[in-house]
Amino acid sequence: MNVKDGISRRAALVKLGLVLNGIVGAFLAVPIVRYLLSPVTRERKVGYESWLSLGELKQFPAGQTRLATYRNPVVNAWDGDTGDIACWVRNVDDKNFQVFAVNCAHLGCLVRWFPQSSLFMCPCHGGAYYQDGSRASGPPERGLFEYHYKIENGHLLIKAGEMPTPGRAANRRSRAGTCA
Amino acid sequence: MRLIHKFAQWCDLRLQVGNSIRRTAEHSVPRDTASWFYVFGSAALTVFALQLVTGILLALIYVPSAGEAWSSLQTLNHGVALGWFIRALHGWGSNFMVAIVLLHMLQVFLFGAYKFPRELTWIVGVLLLVVTLAMAFTGQIMRFDQDAYWGLGIGASIASRVPIIGPAVVNLMLGGPIIAGATLSRFFALHVFVVPGLLIAFVGIHLLMVLRLGINEWPMPGRVVRRATYLQEYQDLTHERGIPFVPSAVWKDIFFSGFILVLVTLCAAYFGPFGPGGKPDPTIIQTAPRPDFFFLWLYALLSFLPPSAETPILLAGPVIALTCLLALPLVAGEGEKSWKRRPVAVLTILLIAVALGTLTHLAEHTPWSPVMDAWSAEPVPSHFLRGRSALERQGALVFQAKQCHNCHSLEGRGGKRGPALDAVALSLSEDQLVRQVIQGGGNMPAYGKNLSPAETTALVAFLKTLHPATQLPAHDASRVLALGADETGTR
Repeated sequence: MNVKDGISRRAALVKLGLVLNGIVGAFLAVPIVRYLLSPVTRERKVGYESWLSLGELKQFPAGQTRLATYRNPVVNAWDGDTGDIACWVRNVDDKNFQVFAVNCAHLGCLVRWFPQSSLFMCPCHGGAYYQDGSRASGPPERGLFEYHYKIENGHLLIKAGEMPTPGRAANRRSRAGTCA
Repeated sequence: MRLIHKFAQWCDLRLQVGNSIRRTAEHSVPRDTASWFYVFGSAALTVFALQLVTGILLALIYVPSAGEAWSSLQTLNHGVALGWFIRALHGWGSNFMVAIVLLHMLQVFLFGAYKFPRELTWIVGVLLLVVTLAMAFTGQIMRFDQDAYWGLGIGASIASRVPIIGPAVVNLMLGGPIIAGATLSRFFALHVFVVPGLLIAFVGIHLLMVLRLGINEWPMPGRVVRRATYLQEYQDLTHERGIPFVPSAVWKDIFFSGFILVLVTLCAAYFGPFGPGGKPDPTIIQTAPRPDFFFLWLYALLSFLPPSAETPILLAGPVIALTCLLALPLVAGEGEKSWKRRPVAVLTILLIAVALGTLTHLAEHTPWSPVMDAWSAEPVPSHFLRGRSALERQGALVFQAKQCHNCHSLEGRGGKRGPALDAVALSLSEDQLVRQVIQGGGNMPAYGKNLSPAETTALVAFLKTLHPATQLPAHDASRVLALGADETGTR
């Protein structure tokens, strides 16, 4: 074995070592990436939404819109107040309801209900919605986000668990009209 | 003294760094660069060091948990000796750091310092700007109050608009389905580990390149940068006529850094810490979130963009801006350095400054937002009611009760979302007023379903009185012909 061979053998060993490390790295990357993507994969597999009660129907008088709050179905012990979510419940005629997310359809600020003028107004960029959640004016491209609801044993149930955002709107029922 | 000197010698014999440090400190720089214009980079580094120290101090108390963060900030403000001062230093330090980094960038741009051979220094500098802004944004979230909570909501709403992967990006950003504990934890990890790590790495590369390539010489009009000749010319400037960085140039850096530290300390002591604002409880609906100062311009922009342009501009805008900044030295790597011969560069800076300044100014007044409590907190000024009929006063009541005042101002009080109504009767006749109230339009909701005919009549009667005493209100001349002078109701 001459010197030249020795060098090339060592160079080959270095390369082999790098390749081995690369393979180990690739193996290690799999659990790391899966760990990082867990919030996304969890939604795909189990889903975040479930039916939950907003309370008895008599809290929501006919013809009125009231604020209701619920504890998000997916929470951790250290979530504190952030696990409590608010929504607007409109009792149309004791048979039909509408449950709106408080998040503005523009950029997610929280809209406030003004019963006197029957409008939802957003304090951020001035979006306004009519009482049925359809867009009245301002920058929103669509009406308020609506939750699915059902009535069981005199309780109002909604399907919730995920913050509504404009991009997810396609997955969500939208009765509200778009801009005029 | 001699003991210290001996100890230092003992250490350096084993460390072997003294000579290279001395050579680095005493390296030649062009004579003109010992200038007060060349102090921003070192000042940014000094403030960053302050941020590191105060950040670690805050981490001794702060609890990065959604349920506890807000109360741990209260403890810092009120329960720990001088905790408020450390928070104030960190908050004001961050404002100063963003400002100085921007000043540094402005100076480097106007002095043409990004040109050959310092292209990569500029590119790393752009990355440093991005990382600094990322520190500012994630830091705003550490102050876990209502503004932080709803700021995250806005961030998520923007992220969700990315085509196809938007919802997945939101889940990844929030660490779950809603803004909660997981969200704060991951932004804490970004703010204290990931982003500062990047910042330190980029600062290291940036500084190394400044030392290796030498500081940019003072630009002279007519001294054009050419790749073939520049290195030799710079060599002449530094070695033939240069001066040692220490002590000839460095004393200005030291003075300016000290001056900035004094300013940060004074601001912290006088103005105190930022917040925290209201508790991050999403069921508290009486809140109007506002971004921190450096993101106000974006807040303003988002309310003026037409809905159809919003998503493309939100998503493509940052990419285009970043691409322009990164590509700048590659496109304009040669040529004039002096701002006196670069009118386009100067005009671009002026345009950006005016645009950002105007948007920031607007965002401080938010003319696009309804004033949510104007209907109950801002009465109709009494002179609008004096000598009015019962119907007209009833109309003023409708104006308040139906929240018209939230969007329309009288005497500058109330919302600025819609036009001021002090003289609305001059521009709209009675019929036009009725139509506008009932049908809305021009970005006003239609009130037809929310007002009874009696309320509409009263409201319009009140609106018709809103004109200067010396000018007649608008009226429809054809009504006189059609209905006869008696029935027109004009006064």
